[in-house]
Amino acid sequence: MRPEWTDFVAGKWDKEVNVRDFIQRNYHPYDGDEDFLAGPTQNTKDLWAQVLDLQKQEREAGGVLDMDTKVVSTITSHGPGYLDKSKETIVGFQTDKPFKRSLQPYGGIRMAEKACSDNGYEVDPEISEFFSTHRKTHNAGCFDAYNAEMRACRSSHIITGLPDAYGRGRIIGDYRRVALYGIDRLIEDKQAQKDSTGRVMTDDVIRLREEISEQMVALKLMKEMAASYGCDISKPASNVQEAIQAVYFGYLCAVKEQNGAAMSLGRTSTFLDCYAERDLKNGTFTEEQIQEFVDHFIMKLRLIKFARTPEYNQIFAGDPVWVTESLGGVGVDGRHMVTKMSFRYLNTLTNLGPSPEPNLTVLWSTRLPANWKKYCAKMSIQTSSIQYENDDLMRVDHGDDYGIACCVSSMVIGKEMQFFGARANVAKCLLYALNGGVDEVTKKQVGPKYRPATGDVLEYNDVMSKFIDMLEWQADVYVNTLNIIHYMHDKYCYERAEMALHDRDVKRYFATGVAGLSIVADSLSAIKYAKVEPIRDEDGIIVDFKTTGDFPKYGNDDDRVDSIAQEVVHRFMTAIRRHHTYRNGIPTTSILTITSNVTYGKATGNTPDGRKKGQPFAPGANPMHGRDTHGAVASLASVSKLPFNDAQDGISNTFTIIPGALGKEDKVFTGDIELDLK
Amino acid sequence: MQGRIHSLESFGTVDGPGTRFVVFVQGCPMRCAYCHNPDTWEMTGGTLMEPSYIIEQYEKNKAFYANGGGLTVTGGEPLMQVEFMIELFTLAKEKDIHTCIDSSGIAFNPNNPAFLEKLDRLMELTDLVMLDIKHIDPEKHKDLTMQPNENILKFAAYLDERHVDMWIRHVVVPGITDDEKYLFDLGYFIGQFHNLKALDVLPYHTMGEKKYESLGMEYKLKGVPAMDKDKLLDKKKAIIDGIKKRRYNE
Repeated sequence: MRPEWTDFVAGKWDKEVNVRDFIQRNYHPYDGDEDFLAGPTQNTKDLWAQVLDLQKQEREAGGVLDMDTKVVSTITSHGPGYLDKSKETIVGFQTDKPFKRSLQPYGGIRMAEKACSDNGYEVDPEISEFFSTHRKTHNAGCFDAYNAEMRACRSSHIITGLPDAYGRGRIIGDYRRVALYGIDRLIEDKQAQKDSTGRVMTDDVIRLREEISEQMVALKLMKEMAASYGCDISKPASNVQEAIQAVYFGYLCAVKEQNGAAMSLGRTSTFLDCYAERDLKNGTFTEEQIQEFVDHFIMKLRLIKFARTPEYNQIFAGDPVWVTESLGGVGVDGRHMVTKMSFRYLNTLTNLGPSPEPNLTVLWSTRLPANWKKYCAKMSIQTSSIQYENDDLMRVDHGDDYGIACCVSSMVIGKEMQFFGARANVAKCLLYALNGGVDEVTKKQVGPKYRPATGDVLEYNDVMSKFIDMLEWQADVYVNTLNIIHYMHDKYCYERAEMALHDRDVKRYFATGVAGLSIVADSLSAIKYAKVEPIRDEDGIIVDFKTTGDFPKYGNDDDRVDSIAQEVVHRFMTAIRRHHTYRNGIPTTSILTITSNVTYGKATGNTPDGRKKGQPFAPGANPMHGRDTHGAVASLASVSKLPFNDAQDGISNTFTIIPGALGKEDKVFTGDIELDLK
Repeated sequence: MQGRIHSLESFGTVDGPGTRFVVFVQGCPMRCAYCHNPDTWEMTGGTLMEPSYIIEQYEKNKAFYANGGGLTVTGGEPLMQVEFMIELFTLAKEKDIHTCIDSSGIAFNPNNPAFLEKLDRLMELTDLVMLDIKHIDPEKHKDLTMQPNENILKFAAYLDERHVDMWIRHVVVPGITDDEKYLFDLGYFIGQFHNLKALDVLPYHTMGEKKYESLGMEYKLKGVPAMDKDKLLDKKKAIIDGIKKRRYNE
């Protein structure tokens, strides 16, 4: 074994690239509580104070402090940048200084220009000229191939948020490989992969060989970039500090080259704990030092920034990076995977204060240790910064080394990836079904000229059958649009850094998404159980509804309407599955518009459930606001009935509760009165 | 038999231990000035529900109530529907569900053997009673609730005799139930009971006021401010002092 691996338990992992095997043989499940955790060091406090000051300056400057307008960002485009070199134990910024946003035109030059101009900067004309004339972008490619119908669907927002002008993201490199193996070993592995491709030069083989070559270039550049910070990542990391640094460098390369819609980190904590445990045992580092490395690492992740337009920020309700890190979970052998490092990650919320980034996501299982559950609950109450996902559900498909990209997309780290596909507005699709493909807002014929709903009262079976027909059409144009997008993204904006940290043959999920599910469920329920009279304008287009009587509403654990929601998801997914997908991606769907629900609402007319034109959709798979009247469990129960098999890319539910509704304050409530008195 | 139900709440976290399925029954003879559920007063109205239907709703999501939670019936006044309660809790106990009643005790009548016989049966099926004592002083109790407190206090003794676990709840309203003398007396009274497991001191809030408005009812406590949570600790201490005095003569 290599000297860096001394004291680790050997296995398959030391002969092949296999991080999971390393983790399984070397991690130590931790059942204890949080008492061992260390607070922030003085250096941490100083650095964080510096960050807060920069954040203040950035806010005062209108949201952006500095932008690069001249240097196109690549792995090695920028020299090293620091907050305070003497105090940072983990180093690296996207550009040569913190808070300076990089220039990334490969997704689309106009988007890059607009991101600059909207913030008061101007892209160097030479670069604009180069990316308009000499080097095509992903965005230009998409519009070269789109047909008229796709463009119409795009501008009417029946398909929306498409990643055709910005990076698709949602790909997680296995950044742990950089730490465990070092770049040299990974390059050797990639060379072997390239040598192992088929000898008949089909399109697929040619593309694969070109991609692996790109990946190898990226790996070499990673090494160079690290060297500019005085770090050697050609060899494996020999302690926890080096391991964290190597993982971060891997990730940093990804965000230097991709301004993706979600740039997630993976599942790094338990991996890194193997190093921390070894260092603690050997006396290499103290707990306080290890926490400092983690604090500095997380601090860096909080400072990942991209140049984006106000419109983009509107879709995503802010400027999210989605640096999602998945914590905990249970292994397939039954041991839980919570380690001290899982605690240390959450402890950064105490040491540095609450933050939405990185998106710390707990893979929840009923079998997690009690102390960890309690700590998570405590930290959730204190910081509102933790996301939870159902590990018991996802482990069945993904095993115990998957991570979450963005908010809910699960994928096995280094072995699976996703083509992000934004979403289809099914609420609008229902209105198209009623209006024979005419858009209710623009009054243009966007969809096919099917027969519209006639008569004074909407009839459930008739509407449902029209809706399913329209859903088939929507799925058709949607999948085909995505096929173009991902073809062009691979061609003009390929994620070489992330893909360099994947196996040769990756499983690709072809992700789609649904927006407006609860509106459709409630609308169909209204049509079925109440009386819905359409109101038509002078051209006969249905623009409003008069609903008389009560009807079951999604979010109350009522099967009469919950079954409608289930059926809509199933029908949608069935329609999606019918189609050819780019690179034989496995079609999935998600119900997760956590942030874009407001924008989608603006583009959608009145709906039969009583929602008015312009009113926001409910986020994700949530019931519509205020319609769940039987309490949180009933509301969650409705959501949990949605079929995961038909929405494998994830189902999200946003849940807000005032602390007082979560139970008694200990100070006021005196339980176990005998004990209290004595 | 069917119960007269105001509503069901699937995620109760403040009505007994753990996460609970909460049944609000319809109908209550008390007219507490600060009641935040005046829509549950009327003895008619509400929805008629079978006990089996309620247990079905509970069972659907029982995973949520598994760790130390259970079923709570509140209202309204649950003991106004004793027969329904017996049927509901019989089914609950068959499913091994933790049962709790949140009651004002107003329905208790020690001189009615028929009622007592039923209540005895119900208490065998009840794991916990949360008894809400509105005021320890008989006159002030009447002013506040339009009802005497004699039988309510006797209900506490009854529960103690039958070894039914009891929590005492008390709402502290500024200027009405915050006099520390009475709070001490309340503590002194409940200090005698061995079944007393917890004390739940609730700060008065004004969120009920809107309900009165929308129901077209007069709100008697108009202008009374919400209870300051910081002061609540002193109020709790007064009750605890009373308990200690009774128990240890401290």
